[in-house]
Amino acid sequence: MTRFILGRLLLALPALFGLLVLTFIMLRVLPNDPSAALAGENATTEQIAAVRKAYGFDEPLWKQFVIYVGQVARADLGNSIISNRPVASDIAWRLPATIELTFVSLLFAAIVGIPLGTMAAVWHNSPFDHAMRIITVGGLAIASFWFAIILQIVFSMDLGWLPLRSRYPDGVPPPTDITGLYLVDSLLTLRFDQFWASFKHIVMPAFTLSLGGLASIARFTRAGVLETMQKDFVHYAEAAGYARKRIIWVYVLRNSVVAATTQIGLLFGALISSAVAVEAIFDWPGVGSYAVSAILTSDYKAVLAVTLVVGVIYAIVNIIVDVVHAMLDPRVAENL
Amino acid sequence: MMLEKPAPVLEIRDLSVSVGTDEGEARILDNAGLALMPGSIHGVVGESGCGKSTLIRAILGILPKRGRATHGSIMLGERNLLGLPADTLQKDVRGRAIGFIPQDPFQALNPVFRVGTQLLETVRTPGDSKATRETKKAHVISLLKAVQLPDAEHALDRYPHQFSGGQRQRLLIAAALASAPGIILADEPTTALDVTTQLQILKLLRGLAIERGLSMIFVTHDFGVVAQLCDTVTVMYAGQTVESGPVAQVLKAPFHPYTQMLLACHPERAKELAGIPGAVPSPLRPPQGCRFNPRCPSARPACSAGQPPRVAPQPGHAVRCVLHLDEAAA
Repeated sequence: MTRFILGRLLLALPALFGLLVLTFIMLRVLPNDPSAALAGENATTEQIAAVRKAYGFDEPLWKQFVIYVGQVARADLGNSIISNRPVASDIAWRLPATIELTFVSLLFAAIVGIPLGTMAAVWHNSPFDHAMRIITVGGLAIASFWFAIILQIVFSMDLGWLPLRSRYPDGVPPPTDITGLYLVDSLLTLRFDQFWASFKHIVMPAFTLSLGGLASIARFTRAGVLETMQKDFVHYAEAAGYARKRIIWVYVLRNSVVAATTQIGLLFGALISSAVAVEAIFDWPGVGSYAVSAILTSDYKAVLAVTLVVGVIYAIVNIIVDVVHAMLDPRVAENL
Repeated sequence: MMLEKPAPVLEIRDLSVSVGTDEGEARILDNAGLALMPGSIHGVVGESGCGKSTLIRAILGILPKRGRATHGSIMLGERNLLGLPADTLQKDVRGRAIGFIPQDPFQALNPVFRVGTQLLETVRTPGDSKATRETKKAHVISLLKAVQLPDAEHALDRYPHQFSGGQRQRLLIAAALASAPGIILADEPTTALDVTTQLQILKLLRGLAIERGLSMIFVTHDFGVVAQLCDTVTVMYAGQTVESGPVAQVLKAPFHPYTQMLLACHPERAKELAGIPGAVPSPLRPPQGCRFNPRCPSARPACSAGQPPRVAPQPGHAVRCVLHLDEAAA
């Protein structure tokens, strides 16, 4: 297993290198002359040349790339061209909010989507299955920003059950910072009032964000369970007298979930990109809403830093997914 | 004065099974019958698609999708298994009174679960406490030793793909024995294996049957296997059971033209390799009467009039063929 994890890490390296090259090109090459942009609108040729020298833009590209990689390695992603604060620290304190939101969404999508998909497969072509199909198509088709606004109107403005925006009540100190995840931190410090407050805040954004994932997980599980139920080992288990419930909820499901985990890794990319919109609507102080404001103010350093960070997280998540996959299916680890 | 014949432990009488298809009802078993005598190994032989697997799966109450039994009975002792609710079958019959050995050991075990988890499913002693689990494990390990699996002590912690085909079939045989059933159904258990492994498994099954007093139904398409292993045999063609009797008699002097022609196809027996002209009929539109009649060299008008009755020209050796009606009557 250790060998497997190391192998997966090695395989992630080229992807991360590609990400570095891509962000580097966008950072240094695409804005046709960053020195001109940096020096200001009315700069003289000399001023631009000075800026170019100061930022190292006169060096050959490969040397600039080496410097860039060095900066990234030191977690130096430059300063925001709007606020002039270091982008890395801005992202660092917003990252836990996004991780908490996406993780809760994914967890919810899996916990609800997997049983729904299994039931749809067990009773396939039943009214339950048809209803599920309509709901999942809906879940995939509904625009999350529209759905978020409907939730806000119903549950915050009309019923007043859930807070409209943000991650925690304004003006109240949040849970003690241990992991940065409010739900976890409040539990660790046994502050259930804080847990409840954080929970109420995360319900709507997490639910909105989970819709697409929930629908795909349910559909994938359904397809997986249907396929697995045709396998010889299921027919054998039936003939050998295993209890029907155990066949489905233990033996079939485990095999189907193996396929679904890979799907969850891929879903994470889509989840992050919808998180951008969802965070902006719910005013969730995460990387997504940061990216939105950075895009709106043309803060390209911040945008690229977000791209880089999200790319790294995506790679990490997929390594985790591969490891989980290998733990669920012993053949995967051995075939590497 | 006739000797009192022992009653069969399992008897299928006139079983018909139909499957609904888009093109109509397909009668995949047509008045099929079979009797398993206590302590004997009974072969069921026929070509692929003749319904031999369907027949033994029907015993376990497992019919094909959209399939239903339209006629007949399956008697396990005094109890008719046909029409028993699924959970009764699961609790009392499958893996309990009747053990099942599947065809393909490579596909029959779930690849993502340890062998131990799966084998323990078939041990039906109630209770899941730590003590009973240990007892169950010890029981399974003793079975693994009985089926001569190498390194039986550590087998339970391994995964199916870590075993060879022959070893996996041994695991499955152990699983079939787990609840000490009196009857074993084996669905071509050696077809997927190498010839050398095949022989070992056949010897093992024969030994276990004698040692444990098992009655066994052994499905195969190979008359050679029947000759090596079985005491009695039933020959199937297109969903009908055409002939049954002691192996020696059926092999030496088969009554039914289909059995004769099938035996003639066996390379070791045939002087000159013969085939059977024509093709197996579709169960959607089977020939009237004896389903073999369109391919039968001795066919006569009576053959398509109706399915011939079962007659026994010799004691214990029965056939369903109009050619033998007179012999039996005489």
